This record gives sequence, C-alpha cells and structure tokens, in this order.
Amino acid sequence: MFATIMLLAALTGAVQAHGPAGETPAAAEHGTATEHGAAAQGGHAAEEEHGFDILHHIQDSREIELPGGVIHLPAKGSWMIAGVDMTPTKHVVFLGLTGLLTMVVLVGAAGAARRTGHEGAPRGRHNIIEAMVLFIRDQVVMPNIGHGGERYAPFIITLFFFILFSNLLGLLPWGATATGNISVTAALALLSFIMIEVAGMRALGPKGYIGTIVYIPHGLPKALVPIMALIMTPVELVGKIVKPVALAIRLFANMTAGHVLILAIISLIFVFGSLAIALGPMVLAIALMFLELFVAFLQAFIFAMLVSVFIGLIVHAH
Amino acid sequence: MQAVETANALANGLLGAGLGAGLIMIGAGIGIGLIGGRATEAMARQPEIAGTIQTAAIILAALIEGATFFALVIMFLMQGAITG
Repeated sequence: MFATIMLLAALTGAVQAHGPAGETPAAAEHGTATEHGAAAQGGHAAEEEHGFDILHHIQDSREIELPGGVIHLPAKGSWMIAGVDMTPTKHVVFLGLTGLLTMVVLVGAAGAARRTGHEGAPRGRHNIIEAMVLFIRDQVVMPNIGHGGERYAPFIITLFFFILFSNLLGLLPWGATATGNISVTAALALLSFIMIEVAGMRALGPKGYIGTIVYIPHGLPKALVPIMALIMTPVELVGKIVKPVALAIRLFANMTAGHVLILAIISLIFVFGSLAIALGPMVLAIALMFLELFVAFLQAFIFAMLVSVFIGLIVHAH
Repeated sequence: MQAVETANALANGLLGAGLGAGLIMIGAGIGIGLIGGRATEAMARQPEIAGTIQTAAIILAALIEGATFFALVIMFLMQGAITG
C-alpha cells in the first residue's frame, strides 16, 4: 500500500518536475513578482532590492536546504526509468521520508500491540498511536461505512497517518510539505478514487455498480427511464470525478495557503528592513504556526473522513 | 497609448483577482459564521451533546473552507496568468 502511494506520488511528482504540466508551479513562478507585491504593504522598491522570494520555500526544487549547507539533487532527466523521468526532487525526497516514517511508526505500534497481547494497552509512544488508530477506526471508519468497514480500516488509517506525517514534516524547520504539491494530493485522491470505486463494485456487483452511474429511482414510469438516464448519467459521472478532485484541491490549498501566509508575515520584517519591528510579525507568525499545526491534523482527519463517507455512500447505495 | 491600454488591462485583471478573493472571503465568512452561531445556540439548548456539536461544527467549517480554497486557487491562477 505504501509502495503504491509512494510510487504513484513519485510518478506524478516526476511528471510534474519533467515539465510545467502542473498548474501551480507555472502560476507560482509567474506570480513571484506579484507575491512580492502581495507581501509588502508598501515599499515595493525596498523588497525588490532585498529580493525576498517567498515562493521558492513552497515550490518543489532540486536542492534540499539543510542547516549545514545545500544538498543538490540530480538534474532533470538524470534518472530515467522506462522513459519516465524519476529524478528525485525535494518533495519526492520528503514523500519517501514520510512513507518511511509512517511505516516505522505504524508497524512498530502494531508489533508492540501484538507483543503485549490481551493483557493491556501498549505503553509509551505506542499507546498514542493505538489511541489515534482506534479513534479513526471507531469514530471515522465504522460509523461511516457500517458493516464490512473493517476491510477498509487499514487503508483509511494509513491514509490518515501518511497525510498527517507529511503535513507535520512541512512544519519542521528546513522541512518541506509533500502534500503541498498538487501532484502528491492528486495521487492520494486517485488512490482513494480507485478504492471507492472498487469498494462499490465489490459491494454492489457489476449491475449494481452501473446502477450508481445510470441512476434510475425505483417506481419510475417506463417512459421516463430513458430521459432520466440521459440526464442523470453525466451528473453522476461528474459527481464521481469531482469528489476526489475536491479532496486533492482541499488538502493542497490548505497546506500551501498556510505556508504562504506565514512566509508573507515573516517577509514583512525583510520589507521594513529593520529588526526593530520584528516582534509583531514574529508573534503573529507563532500564532499562525499553532493554527497550522491544528490545520495539519484537521486536514488529515477531513481527508480520511471524507474517503470513509464516500466509501460508505457507494457501499450502501441500494 | 497602446502601452497605457495594456497596462490598464493588466491592472483591471489584477483588480478582478483581488476583488474575487475578497468576495470569496465574504462567502466563507457568512457560511462559517452561520455554523458558529447555530452551533453555539444548539450547545446552549442541550449542553450534554456539546462535544458532538463541536466536532460537527469543526468538520463543517473545514468543508466550507475547502470550497473557499477552490476559488482561492482560481484567483492564484488568474493572478499568475495575468502577470505571467
């Protein structure tokens, strides 16, 4: 599962790095000049001299900045696998880090739970993970999917922890938010879409699944059936596509907007060019960082909850 | 004259993006404000399910914010396309 998520996200990340296919990088690059203007309340000339570039902290890049120096990643097109550019970029590296972290944490907690058996709860850090896993399973997955929900619980739990760790890694100093890349969230949404449709096919069978696309209510007069099918089918199809797209954009925009806001507030210090006013922006930035922490948890929870709701809706569509 | 017209067109476009962002915020503010008001009202009527109401309110506010962000992304794209 992790391998699939990482591979898909890396693929989409690689494809995006390959060319300006993603909307946001192109828009963001063009928007650098206006971002300066947006960040400064006044004194455009001042911050153009200082040249404080907000966007390079948010966008994907081919170098990882660390306290000691800069790690330069391979150039574009160096790692070609089967004709696809798979060179790691900053977000791909952090994606791999997130996957590794999720694996270590969850497998470790599961091992601890198995070792303590039925005597009691695991102690220490595994207890926290168990509390969160049980919360997701009992408050998010089971109420929304109902019976048969246990088979989807591992996917939802993994999704939640993956998004959570990715969001939190972006809040660390010198960290980058992998989920702040539209390709990554699109990959997660694609996987969720596949999961939802497979769940629907499994629960409803082929005929029932077609019934969710060509929606015909019971007891409709025979004459109206073709009209209903003609009108409702595009609506249902669009509904199926739009929901994962909304998931992707929601997560991406939440993560990126938070970072843009904090960077814009901190860049006020550079705009004024003096440390005397540094207190105001720093206090505001700290408050916004707390909000970002909350948003990191909330968005992971919302993504997991919406995927469970969609699975529940399609599994109980009859 | 041509340069002034082009500059005016760019300025008008950016003005549109800015106004759009503001209007989005009005919509989001109204939506989340309504949720806040009704949620606190409900909590006052029935304090024992205040926890459930609070959770529901946070989830609904996040969903509205999601819609806000779609529009915000469009504004970003607009602004990028204009200055690009």
